[in-house]
Amino acid sequence: VSAVPAEGPQARDRDPRPESGRQDRPVSLLHPAGHQPSPPGGGTKPDYFDDLNLDQFVDEVIARSTHPEQTGALLYSPLADTDIIRFRQGVFGDLAEPVLRERARHVVRLLSNVRRRLHSLVETEDPHERQGWLLDAAATYCEAVDSLGDALRSGGVRSQGLTLLSETLSRYRHSGPYTDLASEVSARQEALGRIRYCVRISGRKVQVSRYDGQADYSQEVEEVFHRFQQGAASDYWVNYRLPPALGRVGSQILTQVATLHPDEFESLALFCERHHDFACEQMMLLEGELDFYLSYLDNVDPLVSAGLPFCYPTIADAGTDEEVVQTFDIALASKLIGAGQSVVLNDFRLEGAERIFVVTGPNQGGKTTFGRTFGQLHHLASLGCPVPGESATLGRQDRIFTHFQRDEGSAEPRGRLEDDLRRIRHILEKATSHSVIVINEAFASTTLDDGRFLGTAILHRLIALGARGVYVTFVDELASIGPQVVSVVSTVADDDAARRTFKIVRAPANGLAYAVALAEKYDLTYEQLKRTLER
Amino acid sequence: VKAHLLWRDGDVDFTVTTTHASINVEGPEASPRAQALMQDLQLQPVLDAMAQGDPALREVARRVMLDSLDDPAAIRYRQDVLADCMRNETVVRQMLAVATEAVTLDRKLTWWFKTPEAVLRRSVEALQLFVGLLRRLRAVADDHGESFASEGFTTLFASLRRELSDDYFAQVEEHLERLRFPDGVLISAHLGPGLKPSRYVLRSGPPARVPLKERLRLEPQTEYHWDLPPRDEAGSRALSELNGQAISMVAEAASQSARHISSFFVMLWIELAFYAACLNLLAHLRGLNRRVCFPEPQPPDSGKLHFQELGDTGLAIKNVAVVGNSADADGKPLVMITGANSGGKSTFLRSVGIAQVMMQAGMFVTAEAFTASAARRLFTHFIRDEDPTMTRGKLDEELNRMSAIADELIPGSLVLFNESFAATNEREGSEIAGQIVRALLDGGVRVLFVTHQYTLADALHYDLVHPKLFLRAERTPDGERTFKLVEGPPLRTSFGEDLYRRIGGWRSTPSGDGPRPAGAAGVDRRSRQAADGKAGTIP
Repeated sequence: VSAVPAEGPQARDRDPRPESGRQDRPVSLLHPAGHQPSPPGGGTKPDYFDDLNLDQFVDEVIARSTHPEQTGALLYSPLADTDIIRFRQGVFGDLAEPVLRERARHVVRLLSNVRRRLHSLVETEDPHERQGWLLDAAATYCEAVDSLGDALRSGGVRSQGLTLLSETLSRYRHSGPYTDLASEVSARQEALGRIRYCVRISGRKVQVSRYDGQADYSQEVEEVFHRFQQGAASDYWVNYRLPPALGRVGSQILTQVATLHPDEFESLALFCERHHDFACEQMMLLEGELDFYLSYLDNVDPLVSAGLPFCYPTIADAGTDEEVVQTFDIALASKLIGAGQSVVLNDFRLEGAERIFVVTGPNQGGKTTFGRTFGQLHHLASLGCPVPGESATLGRQDRIFTHFQRDEGSAEPRGRLEDDLRRIRHILEKATSHSVIVINEAFASTTLDDGRFLGTAILHRLIALGARGVYVTFVDELASIGPQVVSVVSTVADDDAARRTFKIVRAPANGLAYAVALAEKYDLTYEQLKRTLER
Repeated sequence: VKAHLLWRDGDVDFTVTTTHASINVEGPEASPRAQALMQDLQLQPVLDAMAQGDPALREVARRVMLDSLDDPAAIRYRQDVLADCMRNETVVRQMLAVATEAVTLDRKLTWWFKTPEAVLRRSVEALQLFVGLLRRLRAVADDHGESFASEGFTTLFASLRRELSDDYFAQVEEHLERLRFPDGVLISAHLGPGLKPSRYVLRSGPPARVPLKERLRLEPQTEYHWDLPPRDEAGSRALSELNGQAISMVAEAASQSARHISSFFVMLWIELAFYAACLNLLAHLRGLNRRVCFPEPQPPDSGKLHFQELGDTGLAIKNVAVVGNSADADGKPLVMITGANSGGKSTFLRSVGIAQVMMQAGMFVTAEAFTASAARRLFTHFIRDEDPTMTRGKLDEELNRMSAIADELIPGSLVLFNESFAATNEREGSEIAGQIVRALLDGGVRVLFVTHQYTLADALHYDLVHPKLFLRAERTPDGERTFKLVEGPPLRTSFGEDLYRRIGGWRSTPSGDGPRPAGAAGVDRRSRQAADGKAGTIP
């Protein structure tokens, strides 16, 4: 990776600049100079993604991205280096500002066009056509450089990454070769854009001439029959496809058009000779880097507009207190907001000896969601991304483990229990005191006695390990097993025991029984139905 | 030109296509709500009578009927058109015949060969045939327009006379001639990305004449031309491709024009088909000496429902002896129907439902008089199996269906319940149903509820908040069923009472018909308290 140079490589040969003595360091928006993320990629989806529903959220981000592979790899790879985390948080913070973001998005689109156009040069045979593509690409490139330069200069950037980029770009834009490129591009484009011509085909005879104001015939025909149109009009020549290359007749026609307009075409050929190598590599790499940030931000946009808080967490050492205010499950929130529903926010705090939340309470009351939220926060925080919450302090983690009940209905209960135990043993073997572990409804398929026995045994091992985590269970006794355990419960409304609040609060475990629970499951109690009708 | 016989402005959301000789209706499938209406109200016999064996007619009738109108003005608009059709049946069937011919022609618009030249040729051909049919349609407007009075028909005839003038037909013929391109094609273009031609536009105009000075090279050349060498196969292919592209623009315009005319006829066919189906049903009912009337639709929030001698249309069609019922539930958003099994409760509920559907389709109903608020949305929640087993799965299924209804409910809707939520013990079922009914009433939804659950009926009977009408399957003093419904409070479930009596040997017989015991309202309150207590937290 080379630096964004103060001059294009092509120009360096013929126009050495006196002030270019200073060598710029490589500018990456993904990590500060001298810090390489470790492990350097790998980029495969972690095992816990599906359990935490992070796959739903991350897949959406990847789907938005124009560089899905790079974006995916970045989102799959937690960082151990807090300097890189803070570096990315800074870039996110700058780009979250709407004006700068909109302009960065524009730059990404432009750079991706440049990339595709330069690519298509290789397979273009007609010399005029090739020249045309090169001019297009150069024009788009200049637009990208200028937009990004202007945006960064006026955008009040504060992050280390974007500040450095802004300085480098500003030097590049004032360099002679770049200003030369930019002014020539616009002169060529304007001249060619004015050309309009006519082709008449009659049998085997082809005639090329200047356009002379003849009327649009398709429109005439359409107008005659227009009165029968029943629905909205469809635009009828958009669908039809140009052949990929000009072909010989096309080349012949273009040659005649060039003969009709000799000056414009001569200048174009000269331009291409001088600027065939205009694009600088560092600039082109920015496309994918910016795209990573933008895809993430775009994907949380609907949540932010719905009023949900996001913050840049403070990353502390593992083992210090953790506290998150007003957080939520990012995947669930996307779904709820998409469906026009509201999202319940929760706080959590681990202090002193506390390590593990044991969650009990009514089903579908947000227990699993709480476990997922805890896991998601630790993953997203270690990417340097903004995370759900008004504020967050999280300990560093070396690995995340999850164990969720799998819906493999066909498996025999006994076989499934054995499978559960093996998987948890595997987790306990790999985990360290720095790990984050989320276990959800393990042993739900066993008897209460078995569940109590196994849950107690596992929880004791987790406590001995010292890892942080969430343990969701239907066995109330597990919630009071020791000072390392924090008992939290999903709650119901004070005035209506059938209405869930999805709030998870610190409280001793208390079993709840239900009468019209079935109706409630379908949102059909008086209160629920009335709300539905009032929406 | 547009036919507006079903809506003053608006179109159906389906269309028809033809294969061989048959016309097929295509479009989005009926919503679950509409499917439930079909099934629960047993609309099949009605549709059969409307179709008279024509599947396309049946399908049009089904879709239009299930797509209810809720604006009384829109309903009356259709009633007027239908009245016109009843007066001018011959003319209407004649128009339908023209439309059928056009719709069958539609096949000519589906091509196997997609070259622009072929598309253009077939389009011009189709346009020529359509023009013939349009002329015939205008002749009908000229000859019979005067005898139609409805807004729908007079608007249609006026626009046929205005839009399809003789001048217009002449203009069309001229264009059909020009579309053969005797002078070749002329295209203009810009230099697009990569200097490829962009923004092709087909131009009209005679070939440019090159001035003599230019031809003698005394002035700079402004045009170049060349002939393709005779054996240049690749060049000839490229040229015909370019020619095809040029023609494709106008071929698309021509074929779109043909499609425009075709879709006009399709719409006309669909709209006339619906009324033809109504005429079929009317003929069938009149053949059986059934009385029909145009109902009086009222705005959704007006709270109206009263009728005289309302019969089940489905049964009437099957020529079964039909009991007419009369009732006045104006201002009473809740109608509870209680009483003995097989006492005519379900039939009655269905007759109201079918009348409501037919009214909101703009049709007549089988009654002496029928006045009702149009429902913004009409739902049915019928027990699906007449022999409910006491399983959790069944109640689950019912709640699931109710939940789907709740998702779509809006104020001004009408929900017909038939023995709903009885698939559990009576106390639980009544609690669930009671909560649902109260929530619906408070939410501005009209409810007709058939139940044999005394606990539910009793609780709602003594609910003082909501005005309601209680109907009961009538029994003669000796216990015979008359299938007539009379106004009256719920009686203790006949089943328990019958059983109680059958077992016999009791010391004294409590009278279920007697005055309500003072504590009865309290029973309801107690049961709800018990439920609340159960739902509360247990420390």
